[in-house]
Amino acid sequence: MDPTLFLTQILVPALWQGLIVTVELVALTAPFGLLLGIGIALGRQYGGKGLSSACAGYIIFFKGCPLILLLFMLYFGLPSIGITLPAFTAAVLGFILCNAAYNSEYIRGAILSIKDGQITAAQALGMTRWQTIESIVLPQAIRRAVPGLSNEFIYLIKYSSLAYMITVIELSGEAKIVATKYFMYSEAFLAVGIVYLALVTLTTYAVHLLEKKTAIPGMSQ
Amino acid sequence: MASEYILRVENLHKKFGEREVLHGISFNVRKGDTKVFIGPSGTGKSTLLRCINQLTVPDSGQVWLDDDEITGCGQKISTFRQRIGMVFQNFNLFDHLTALQNVEIAPIKVLKMKPAEAGKKAMEELCRVGMQDWADHYPAELSGGQAQRVSIARALAMDPEVILFDEPTSALDPELTREVLEVMKELARGGMTMLVVTHEMGFARSVATEVIFMEGGEIVEQGPPGEILANPKHMRTREFIGKISDQ
Amino acid sequence: MNIFQILIEWGPYLLGGAAITLGLVASALAIGFIFGLPLALGQVYGSAPIRAIIAAYVWFFRGLPILVLLFLFYFGIFPVIGIDLPAFFVGALVLGMRGAAYQSQIFRGAIQSIPQGQMTAALSLGMTPWMAIKSIILPQSLRLSLPGWSNEYPEILTDSAVCYAIGVVELLTRTSQVVSQTYMTMPVYMAAAVMFILLNYAGMWLIQRVEQKIAIPGFGIKAV
Repeated sequence: MDPTLFLTQILVPALWQGLIVTVELVALTAPFGLLLGIGIALGRQYGGKGLSSACAGYIIFFKGCPLILLLFMLYFGLPSIGITLPAFTAAVLGFILCNAAYNSEYIRGAILSIKDGQITAAQALGMTRWQTIESIVLPQAIRRAVPGLSNEFIYLIKYSSLAYMITVIELSGEAKIVATKYFMYSEAFLAVGIVYLALVTLTTYAVHLLEKKTAIPGMSQ
Repeated sequence: MASEYILRVENLHKKFGEREVLHGISFNVRKGDTKVFIGPSGTGKSTLLRCINQLTVPDSGQVWLDDDEITGCGQKISTFRQRIGMVFQNFNLFDHLTALQNVEIAPIKVLKMKPAEAGKKAMEELCRVGMQDWADHYPAELSGGQAQRVSIARALAMDPEVILFDEPTSALDPELTREVLEVMKELARGGMTMLVVTHEMGFARSVATEVIFMEGGEIVEQGPPGEILANPKHMRTREFIGKISDQ
Repeated sequence: MNIFQILIEWGPYLLGGAAITLGLVASALAIGFIFGLPLALGQVYGSAPIRAIIAAYVWFFRGLPILVLLFLFYFGIFPVIGIDLPAFFVGALVLGMRGAAYQSQIFRGAIQSIPQGQMTAALSLGMTPWMAIKSIILPQSLRLSLPGWSNEYPEILTDSAVCYAIGVVELLTRTSQVVSQTYMTMPVYMAAAVMFILLNYAGMWLIQRVEQKIAIPGFGIKAV
């Protein structure tokens, strides 16, 4: 087959389709992964004994279990106990659960790095525990966690490729299908590799801008 | 015939960007001399020492050790550095090695001495600086004065012909300064050839065979300590010595 | 059949899979170390073109998903250049080459964090630059990079499961086989997850032990 034709008629349209699915996966995961991550971090740090150890267990499980195995459980495993999820939903759910575990560690680290004096000062002003957390601790912690959180976001872009393993045809899936059908393995995977590189590089650049924007004079990460 | 000087420095020039730090420095050192360099900070004294063993490469001029030219010797520089010890302001002890290991590593690696022999030699040098009881301690466990004494032992273990001291006591408080200066005085009395950059006038007075006053990258005045410190000829030397003794 | 019978019957098979996974991870870490260290040295001490080439290597391997890298090398590059390796070795190599990119950054940071004076002092004693790197800079920077390994090991461990996609018969592949043999889906998956988590913590424990073992008083403790 003519290389130009292969590129313009087959590969690029396929990758474009895949890109849309990948972006959907990432866009649906990221906000919930962040919220759940904040919840887990707060539960771990400020929860009672039971909640705190439940959150710790959550982190151990979802950081230790390979993401691909988690996706298998959600997609192939859950039906055996009567819960059947569409592949796309299972993928997003798996990504959220995993992403949240990693995010929570960065947020907790940031919470721990905030000086005690800040909390004492807030309490001296008459703030309740929750008010202190909400308006003093979290705003600082999230800013400090930005480098780690953005790192996780970049990981999420790359690991969204695992959705293909449970039949969600995103970027890598499209590339695999084209590669197999036209017997153009190196070409297809290099092309999809370039798309991922572009996504990751652009995101890294955007993250730098975000970090500059959220920076507060004198408050180092 | 061997030269009567062990070290000769001829017309050294060094610029950092636009700033000229060394402006034609020349002097000779006899075996057993202790030359003390004094002068305001930033006048090129440390750069001068680093140009001697080529840690900083001078723009022009020559340095000779015995009859061999050091400047422009290329790869051979490490063989010259084996013969010229150096002691730094902030010690630069190897942080991952004990005091003893710090002293024996260069004899083992550079001189290919047998470890047992190097260990014995290292222990002797530690004794010489009074640090034998601290042989197994790591740099972080030593006081500044102790660390500096170990670093002197490290230089001595290579049996150098000359030792360069780059402000060896500037990072130490007076108490610790004294213990390091004692070791250095001992070395000078033992006939070691030493070039010392320091602000310790007492040391210069009692030990130096010659004091060299530098300012603006030039040697302004040099001579026996009694002359330079008590009756300096130049205005600039007088001002500097006046300032120092006021402190 | 209940889950206990299945675990008794298939447990050894799964444990064997865990051993293969461990072998895969160990090979990948070793390959990553062997290539990562020179890459780091090249990035710190190399000439501008060498630094640029290494930076491109790191950028490429860190930017691509592990799944795409495995597909690219297993189906694409290796067959094209005539390398015909069993899936296990391709998996170890790809995980290792990507690991080298990550490890090189750990080592580079560690090398650059060592004060200039250490090199100066080594040179002043007559060491050649290479000798100084070998006996002064590397022993210190390797110690400093050990904590970085506590990120590298779990990442390679969890990523090793993706080698399932190119047919490496490791723990996840064996788990899937057992699932399709027994139809005990969830319990078998959970058993595999527990094995991965145990491998994870055992490895981390080992890294910490090594860290304690080679710790030097006052060295590597940084103000936070």
